[in-house]
Amino acid sequence: MKAPRFEYVRPTRLEDAIGFLARHGGDAKAIAGGQSLVPMMAFRLAAPRLLVDIGRIPGLNGIAVDDDGIRLGALVRWRDIERSAELQRAHPLLVEAVRHVAHYQIRNRGTVGGSLAHADPAAEMPGIAVTCDAQIVVVGPRGRRIIAAAEFFAAALSTTLAADELIIEVQLPPWRDNRRWAFEEFARRRGDFALAGVALFYDGGADGTATNIHIGAIGVGDTPVRLTAAESAVEAKRITASIIRDAGAAAAASVKPADDIHAPGEYRRALLGVLTERALARAAGLALREDA
Amino acid sequence: MSGRATVQFTVNGKHYAADVEPRTTLVDCLRHDLKLTGTHVGCEHGVCGACTVILDGAAVRACLMFAVQAEGADIVTVEGLADGDRLSPLQASFRKHHALQCGFCTPGILTTAHTLLSEEPDADADRIREVLSGNICRCTGYVQIVEAVLDARAAYKQKWAAAL
Amino acid sequence: MTAVRNVYIGQEIERTEDFRFLTGRGTFVDDYEPTGLLHAAILRSSVAHGRIRKIDASAAIKMAGVHAVITAADIGEKIPTIPIRLAPIKGLERYLQPVIATEKVRYVGEPIAVVLAETRAIAEDATAEIELEIETLAPVPDWRVAETDSTLLVEQNGTNVATRYAVGSGDADAAFAIADYTRREFFHAHRHTAVPMETRGLVAEWDAANERLVVTGATKVTFFNRRALAAMMQMPESAIDFIEIDVGGGFGVRGEFYPEDFLIPFAARMTRRPVKWIEDRTEHLQAANHSREIDCELEIACRHDGTILALRGRIHGDMGAYTRTNSGVVPAKAAQFLHGPYRIPAVKFDVAAYMTSKTPIGTYRAPGRFEANFFRERLIDMAARDLNIDPVEFRRKNLIATNEMPYSIGKLVPYENESAYDSGDYHVALEKCLAAFGWQEKKNLQGRNIDGRYHGLAVTCFVESGGAGPRENVRMLLERDGRVTVAIGSSVLGQGLETVFAQIAADALELPFEAFRVLHGSTTLLDEGFGTYHSRAVVMGGSAILDGAKNLLSAIRAAASLQFNCRADEVSIDGGKAKGPDGRTLTFAALAAAAGPISANGTFANAQRTFSYGAHAAHVAVDARTGHVAVLDYVAVEDVGRAINPALVHGQTLGAVVQGLGGVFLDHLIYDANAQLLNASLADYLLPTATDFPHIRGVTLELHRSPSNPLGAKGAGEGGMVAVAATAANAVAAALSSFGVQPNDLPLSPPRIWQLLRDAASGRQRAP
Repeated sequence: MKAPRFEYVRPTRLEDAIGFLARHGGDAKAIAGGQSLVPMMAFRLAAPRLLVDIGRIPGLNGIAVDDDGIRLGALVRWRDIERSAELQRAHPLLVEAVRHVAHYQIRNRGTVGGSLAHADPAAEMPGIAVTCDAQIVVVGPRGRRIIAAAEFFAAALSTTLAADELIIEVQLPPWRDNRRWAFEEFARRRGDFALAGVALFYDGGADGTATNIHIGAIGVGDTPVRLTAAESAVEAKRITASIIRDAGAAAAASVKPADDIHAPGEYRRALLGVLTERALARAAGLALREDA
Repeated sequence: MSGRATVQFTVNGKHYAADVEPRTTLVDCLRHDLKLTGTHVGCEHGVCGACTVILDGAAVRACLMFAVQAEGADIVTVEGLADGDRLSPLQASFRKHHALQCGFCTPGILTTAHTLLSEEPDADADRIREVLSGNICRCTGYVQIVEAVLDARAAYKQKWAAAL
Repeated sequence: MTAVRNVYIGQEIERTEDFRFLTGRGTFVDDYEPTGLLHAAILRSSVAHGRIRKIDASAAIKMAGVHAVITAADIGEKIPTIPIRLAPIKGLERYLQPVIATEKVRYVGEPIAVVLAETRAIAEDATAEIELEIETLAPVPDWRVAETDSTLLVEQNGTNVATRYAVGSGDADAAFAIADYTRREFFHAHRHTAVPMETRGLVAEWDAANERLVVTGATKVTFFNRRALAAMMQMPESAIDFIEIDVGGGFGVRGEFYPEDFLIPFAARMTRRPVKWIEDRTEHLQAANHSREIDCELEIACRHDGTILALRGRIHGDMGAYTRTNSGVVPAKAAQFLHGPYRIPAVKFDVAAYMTSKTPIGTYRAPGRFEANFFRERLIDMAARDLNIDPVEFRRKNLIATNEMPYSIGKLVPYENESAYDSGDYHVALEKCLAAFGWQEKKNLQGRNIDGRYHGLAVTCFVESGGAGPRENVRMLLERDGRVTVAIGSSVLGQGLETVFAQIAADALELPFEAFRVLHGSTTLLDEGFGTYHSRAVVMGGSAILDGAKNLLSAIRAAASLQFNCRADEVSIDGGKAKGPDGRTLTFAALAAAAGPISANGTFANAQRTFSYGAHAAHVAVDARTGHVAVLDYVAVEDVGRAINPALVHGQTLGAVVQGLGGVFLDHLIYDANAQLLNASLADYLLPTATDFPHIRGVTLELHRSPSNPLGAKGAGEGGMVAVAATAANAVAAALSSFGVQPNDLPLSPPRIWQLLRDAASGRQRAP
């Protein structure tokens, strides 16, 4: 199980990296942590002729928090997020989601940019990006552009990033103080890709109503998705057991996952409903009565 | 650009240079170019953890890196854990608790547990299991491994105390 | 005799082998790299069933670094087939596997060509350049399709049904006719396999000058495999050495004779270069033996009071595409062990084995037993519930009593004689299990819904055979330095046998444990060896050591008598010293230094099996909304007769339980309707990890030694596995009893449990 042959370059300037990608078109591929790309190459499912190692380009591994929100450099690793006390305050949902990414050793290498570019529909970071209205900053020969997360993921393992563009940063809007949130995913084993997962947050009003509800899901389609029907069931309402049930039902009804070897689509769909309920209950601090 | 590349790094305190194809994974380079065969290959696609080595202080899967990506890195493998012929406290604890059978996954489990306890000497059983969930062992059922890691914590705590 | 007598057996000695494994100094096959090595990669069929129209390797062979490409055409007129080692059931011999595909391919993963190149990567590059045309034929994805014979895997046989036979004892039909109560159910044990951490591999070296072959990386049954290879390569056995080095787990799968065990030595002879082949993980999942896939229709007949009168049923074994070395062991043992540890006056089983276009079936830890116990114990829990009898009481009522030992279950296997359970107290094992588990304390949780999780408890009983004959051999050598080398025919695949054998030998020779060096497995050590399978290494190899030690002591007495000028029977042995009638003593070292190394052979032959037994208990909590099962407690109790090193036995139990739980909830080789294997990676073939089953306990009993061997040991490697599906599935059923859910199909994945609950809720009946 050896990777096919390729050439390897390790530019230390962003423009050089882009230059390599531009010159080699689709034959080149950027690598940073490589935790998704390398196994694909081992199975010969990916066979780039040129690997452009962007891991040593300075300035891409910063974590910045200010009033405008949170900026994560493309080379920020999962372990950096997990261990960041600042992010624990500034975006606890992100930190919680990242704790579910694969395993310890993978989290020591895998990067934010790599996960977004790989675009696995069950991956946590793309799910957080979509749920939280992230902006993805990319750079290419034609300059810099910002892609809304909602526009970024095109299909399974496919994005709107051009072959000669690189993700340099992801920006998350600022986190509010009165925010309630939860992340729930269900995987066959700890660290596996989720059969379904839900990230959500809302701002709690003094009267107990939920506003600005955001609910996103992973593992239930070609891309991470926002569950707008479930959001509508919750927005501007006080969260009660019946609202929770409604939101779960709306979530399940809004997706049509395909069957695969790990689960039939019907199961993922039902699971999404359950996870939505559980996440909402947890965010609201309510105990859920769970009979089958 | 050519078909081969030279990579240099430090393994267990010793400097190495190897002439490799870029497609050579770090684990294949360690095992076959440097003849450090203590690190094992169980799946070559980043699931089993047998190939775990410590790269610049962090446990990583050496099958999920090309050797060229490790240029300049400081690497520790299972061969670097003992002090000559004296087992480290972690290794001794594994022997005491019968935390290995066939020994194939053991190098990856030791390197993983060593970085965990170096950073978190108070890790509890749940945390140890969570971290070791990236290492598959087919023989032991993990029970004795977790016992061994728990029992080794004292030595790491002492090291921390001494360093403070 | 003195204080050193019997000080090591029964002690939790730290393992001799651990130092090298912990420091990275072990030598596994891929660590061995002779100079001039060529690396092999194998082109395998991606088609389940097809006719090979064309193989053109001309482009591949021209690639830089490629040395040769071997296809069937290079092997010769007659392509050798892999012989049967065990379980020769009539009919299965018609489906032996050729070592390389010739006209047809019959499973995904079947070898078609071998590429030899300077590196493995280049060899893999070249396999992609071999031009291959395969005309696709209709697949035979399961036994039901196989049975129709609409597509024949081997045309000249005229059928895909390899064998059908009936076994039994007593008059089961008569018992059913008069029984108060009967129930019949269908069960399915799914296809999964062992997946040792080290994949298979070997290095073959051809010595052209002497026409000798050395195969490194052999294990399990090296002497049998050498015999097989010698016949295939038309060489004398003595011209081939099989060398066993460190092995990263076997669990039944590793070390059987596979196509590669011919192809790689053949390649070495053909190229006159050392050739290495290390199986990658995808190859492993496609090409190493699969196991377990059995369907069972089982029927029980009881009195109202729960007394079992009879058991009858049908076993349908999916054998995959070819009969391999283990032949029909899996379905045959699945039938035999349906009887279990119970007093059952009449049994009748029909067994059928079918060829399908999938990877061939072989043995995986507790072959047939894992399945049989699942089938029977599930049915017993259903019967107990129907009859309103506590399932524990039901078992107590029917367990064989100590005073009934040895207990014959009759001849339930066509290739074996009548079997009799050798010894044991099945009731005590059950009670010990209940006590260790805390059954009384937990009992009130049965079936309860606590915060949305349904709790279930189960206890099951098992009996399991080990210690297969016919023989094992050992050679013991007192070296000049007073140390003793023990060379044994048993193989070591990671169990710690170097330690265990040294413990046995140390006690027998009254020498310190440190004085022993254990060599194992390699054909260079002995004229004949039988290897390690069927939990036989300690029973057979350990007993051979006792014989070898006795003979070595005789040889030492004889050598000492020459030094002392006395008769051998006047020499006494005491704590590593020989003592003459005149009071003179010589240490063994001094004696060997004076007389030269002293050696003796030992052997132990036995046709009787040992029967370990015990009980397992489980407490699970089922999340009925996701179908997830949490195993909150699991206790496995087994009487192994005698535990040479209790810590190692304990490790065997714990490891086996977790493997077993993987087999219930996770491991699954998934095929589609075209007989394509869909999950040939460890990302998709799910093995248990450290977070899956944290609450495992094992209790080793030494209640009843086996009467059939001088150690009194019984097989100890599989008892942790045999009853896991039975126990876990019964606990899930108990948890979900309020829904009337019967988990009779493995694996119990979350989607399957969810589906069962959904079907139960909608009142739909699942089609059989």
